[in-house]
Amino acid sequence: MSGFLAGLCVAVLPLLAAGFWLGRRTARPESLGGLGTPVEHATFQTLHTASLAAPPLRAGLTEETARKSARRLRTLLGTDALCLTDETHVLVWDGVGDHHRAEIMERLAGPLETGRGEAFRLTCDAPDCPLRWAVVAPLTVDDRVHGALVACAPRESAVLVRAAGEVARWVSVQLELADLDQSRTRLIEAEIKALRAQISPHFIFNSLAVIASFVRTDPERARELLLEFADFTRYSFRRHGDFTTLADELHAIDHYLALVRARFGDRLSVTLQIAPEVLPVALPFLCLQPLVENAVKHGLEGKSDKCHISITAQDTGAEALVVIEDDGAGMDPDLLRRILAGEVSPSGGIGLSNVDDRLRQVYGDGYGLVIETAVGAGMKVTARLPKYQPGVHSAGRLTRE
Amino acid sequence: MYSGYAVPAVALVVVATVLVGAFGLRISRTTSDFYVASRTVGPRLNAAAISGEYLSAASFLGIAGLVLVQGPDMLWYPVGYTAGYLVLLLFVAAPLRRSGAYTLPDFAEARLASPAVRRLAGAFVVGVGWLYLLPQLQGAGLTLTVLTGAPDSLGGIIVAVVVTAIVAAGGMRSITFVQAFQYWLKLTALLVPALFLVLAWQGDGAPRNAFDEPAGFREQRVVRVDDTLDLKLEEPLTVTVTGTVDGRRHEDDSLRLSAGTHRIEQSTRLTFDKGDPVPTADSAGGGLSPSRAESRAERPLYATYGLILATFLGTMGLPHVVVRFYTSPHGVAARRTTVAVLALIGGFYLLPPVYGALGRLYAPELTLTGDADAAVLLLPERMIGGVGGDLLGALVAGGAFAAFLSTASGLTMAVAGVLTQDVLPARGVRHFRLGTVLAMAVPLAASALVGGLPVADAVGLAFAVSASSFCPLLVLGIWWRRLTPPGAAAGMLLGGGSAFLAVGATMAGFPGGGPWHALLAWPALWSVPLGFLTMVLVSLATPGRVPAGTAAILARFHLPEELRAEVKA
Repeated sequence: MSGFLAGLCVAVLPLLAAGFWLGRRTARPESLGGLGTPVEHATFQTLHTASLAAPPLRAGLTEETARKSARRLRTLLGTDALCLTDETHVLVWDGVGDHHRAEIMERLAGPLETGRGEAFRLTCDAPDCPLRWAVVAPLTVDDRVHGALVACAPRESAVLVRAAGEVARWVSVQLELADLDQSRTRLIEAEIKALRAQISPHFIFNSLAVIASFVRTDPERARELLLEFADFTRYSFRRHGDFTTLADELHAIDHYLALVRARFGDRLSVTLQIAPEVLPVALPFLCLQPLVENAVKHGLEGKSDKCHISITAQDTGAEALVVIEDDGAGMDPDLLRRILAGEVSPSGGIGLSNVDDRLRQVYGDGYGLVIETAVGAGMKVTARLPKYQPGVHSAGRLTRE
Repeated sequence: MYSGYAVPAVALVVVATVLVGAFGLRISRTTSDFYVASRTVGPRLNAAAISGEYLSAASFLGIAGLVLVQGPDMLWYPVGYTAGYLVLLLFVAAPLRRSGAYTLPDFAEARLASPAVRRLAGAFVVGVGWLYLLPQLQGAGLTLTVLTGAPDSLGGIIVAVVVTAIVAAGGMRSITFVQAFQYWLKLTALLVPALFLVLAWQGDGAPRNAFDEPAGFREQRVVRVDDTLDLKLEEPLTVTVTGTVDGRRHEDDSLRLSAGTHRIEQSTRLTFDKGDPVPTADSAGGGLSPSRAESRAERPLYATYGLILATFLGTMGLPHVVVRFYTSPHGVAARRTTVAVLALIGGFYLLPPVYGALGRLYAPELTLTGDADAAVLLLPERMIGGVGGDLLGALVAGGAFAAFLSTASGLTMAVAGVLTQDVLPARGVRHFRLGTVLAMAVPLAASALVGGLPVADAVGLAFAVSASSFCPLLVLGIWWRRLTPPGAAAGMLLGGGSAFLAVGATMAGFPGGGPWHALLAWPALWSVPLGFLTMVLVSLATPGRVPAGTAAILARFHLPEELRAEVKA
């Protein structure tokens, strides 16, 4: 029977682990008994309730967030009923006396206009309804009224008026923070749009010059190059979607390299090594081409002999590993660090820092570029691209074979 | 069968796998072959890779073993293993690819935008992966024991070490080529010997009584009983015994056994004469296979439907199969790939039943010794013999090891990926190595603890868990817009969790008998509807929790990629 027991253990272990995890997630430090004096205990209790009500409100004032926090807020105030409204209607009513909704909204017009709190008597036909008084405290964000907190009680009480005012102010702070979060998100989105790579003007001038030089001597070659140029610019001026696939990005790189090769001829050689598994990976639009452009620039800069660039994309399970390496002049690591930190602006082009910023924006800070370089030792740039990231979907389709 | 060719064959397979894995990449040096280097994987190559990863020890050894022991009823196994891809093709393949998800937890997150459901799905991926790895390791142990007489656990340890080393070192750089290579290797390793075996069978006068009940010995045969067992005789039988029968010691005595049950102690040698019927055996050690077989015999209809449901619906939830679909460039390619997989796997599954039928004719004593899974390995030597038999046997052994390696490495990568991403704290390469070791260590330890499960049966249990947890998640997630995160979590927990418990109890040799045992041994028939029902009911009860972007997400799942680009443009 030892086999039976052992097998049972093996089967039960994962379930135990899942239960433990669930328990840890749902467990709340409810009991604070034995912590200091009753006053301290009450303080802890209040702070704890307040902290539980805060997280939902950080997402802004909607029906769902209001519903989640209203119960905690009512516990905080200790009233029979509590309601949260926006400018036009009741978002949630927690507690008894649901039939007062319409009446409350009518009476709210004044406070919502002036932004000042008030207390008023409720008219009620139901004899057993305990609600006789309502205390209104407006919720303001940046001096603009967004809604109101209404606490209802059986009798008028100055304490409740004070308390409701304080809680409303505390809720307002949470809403202001939510507002701040939103503007930060908008800022990041705007930044991504602004960072959206543009091809460098130098590249356009150089390409056109190269094509021009072939027009007389080799019109067929000039035509081909012009088509490559058209393909590349079509790709980079594409408007829909912020993301592309590795396959499409590699094709753009191929068009780009064809134009560069026309200019530098035999001085430039390129090796590609691509694991086909990672070709469908979605990634920010034009985030590898600048790395190749950078490698070309560094490889051919300030020397007249040949340069070799290797581009590899490997499959490492849940991520794709893209490495772009050149054997050119390299760079002083300190200077590079300062360029990436934004202290020194790089000379021309949209360099590494743009790509680095965008990768961090999209995938998080763990996914910045890794650059290995030294003066005279070439440069190796490594980018890690997760195969799946929420919100990252390539807009276009893969090139048909 | 201690042939000198088998070990080099196995070593060759391991080396070839490592080499193809490390150097099988396309490299381009000039512009013209850029298109070759950056070409996406076509449906046929990807299908071969999926088939290579999918055909495990259960397919290579297990099915033949089951057919040998229990006859043509067991043909439902290959049918189920294949038909799972039909369900996958119809309901899941293209939308899953379009979701952009790489793993099943990714899918849960993409569809339900809930980290909690993602983590739960991750836990089930690990559970199913471990359940599936267990029989691979046991099959490897059995194969090595049959080939070289090594101790039982050695083969499992070798496969575990090789796979962990390859995966942790990042050696599977061109995994598609490796797995496609493994598929063709496995097909060759079964097809070529099968042709010779059928020729030998023809030369033997093509006897057709393979499925006569009971099977009979075709020649005088010495059977060595490794584990104590109870022999059931329908009618009296005379055998020559060296060892202990019914508590009495015999030394090369001719013994007349009466009808009924006789206990044969371990290390006893029985010599049967030509034409003797093969008695049925009951393992006295309390192992699983006989009781599972027994309840299958008692309730064949229930067992068959349980098996059909588990295999039909479980394939879509196998973690190592799902990740291969990411390699397809778009949804249409994913569908084409699945069609090709159906053809490749369907072709492969014609072969194991041939081995099973021939095994009934030429190696019927395997039902006594409990090593029926070894039938595929033993037949070439038994039927052909000589150097030819040894070479064919070595080929089969190589194919069997290819089966362990490919499935085990795919599973280990999937489980290690989930462990690294969702369970272990920080990210990084070092953690992936730790995850790999963990992914392999647990099933290795478990295989030492629980033993004696026919590999095809054990794999069937993994399918049952997958069918009860991931099938509802995938099918409802793709086709039902009112699915909510709490519903998905509850359905997976209740359906998958109960199937997991049933499987655990079965594997541990749950002592009860009768209907309870059958319910636990084939859980899919009740746990799959339970999972679906819970998911639907809880989702309907929490209508406020439908994720905000559901309409857009489902549109992305179902719209072909061309249309999507036009809509956005």
